[in-house]
Amino acid sequence: MNIVQILFWFLSVVALFGALMVISSKSPVHSVLWLIVTFFSISGHYILLNAQFLAIVNIIVYAGAIMVLFLFVIMLMNLNKETEPRKNRWLKMAGAVAGGALLLVLVAALKDSDLKQQEALVKTGNIGLIEELGKQLFSTYVVPFEISSILFLSAMVGAVVIGKKD
Amino acid sequence: MPINYYIFLSLALFAIGIVGVLTRRNAIIIFMCIELMLNAVNLLLVAFSKMHHLQLSGSNAVAGSEGQLFVFFIMVVAAAEVSVGLAIIVMLYRNVHSVDVNFLNRLKH
Repeated sequence: MNIVQILFWFLSVVALFGALMVISSKSPVHSVLWLIVTFFSISGHYILLNAQFLAIVNIIVYAGAIMVLFLFVIMLMNLNKETEPRKNRWLKMAGAVAGGALLLVLVAALKDSDLKQQEALVKTGNIGLIEELGKQLFSTYVVPFEISSILFLSAMVGAVVIGKKD
Repeated sequence: MPINYYIFLSLALFAIGIVGVLTRRNAIIIFMCIELMLNAVNLLLVAFSKMHHLQLSGSNAVAGSEGQLFVFFIMVVAAAEVSVGLAIIVMLYRNVHSVDVNFLNRLKH
């Protein structure tokens, strides 16, 4: 068992444990903090796959910006353990069974696929570096990149229009 | 690493996100579970792009970089989606003083 495998299993266990704590913790603030743990471990997976640009973007955009926005909204509404709405036990159980059945079906479908011999390249390969991705982004994919700026502008206008008091 | 490890890890994260959407009633937690599912898909896309790169790197030096650019655009769309979605949830809280999604069933009448 070499260092890559040890890191893979460690990051996988942290990601799955964090995800389980997100859906099971009572207080919304704790859910946000566990989601940040999950995002950091997914960023660790990106570093392991040598996708350095995406690892940094994941930390800055997801763990940095989006999760702070969630935390602001939760603290603005003063949500805590007492105000948390409860579903009854049977509905929770039905949801867990439905999700588990989906997981079971997908795992059973992919268990014997011929992808088993394929490998994902870890630690090496330079397609995940900023240099290669930047060249691609500003030559082949320059039109979607510019359109995404219009998307951001419209999202900003939309958030202001929805959020302002009328 | 074998690709099916990444497939099963992403499937497990995605299924946990779905269980969260089905079992919680707080609109913000449901939204966070959607983010979790988006991240599971992103992880699988990056793993597949590295698999593709390993297969085709002999003929094309940048094979597989499309997958990582796709992940970048998913993150862009997710950021825009979160800003609008949280504005809607804040508006909802201002009107009904709760983030319980069961109060939203008036939409079906």
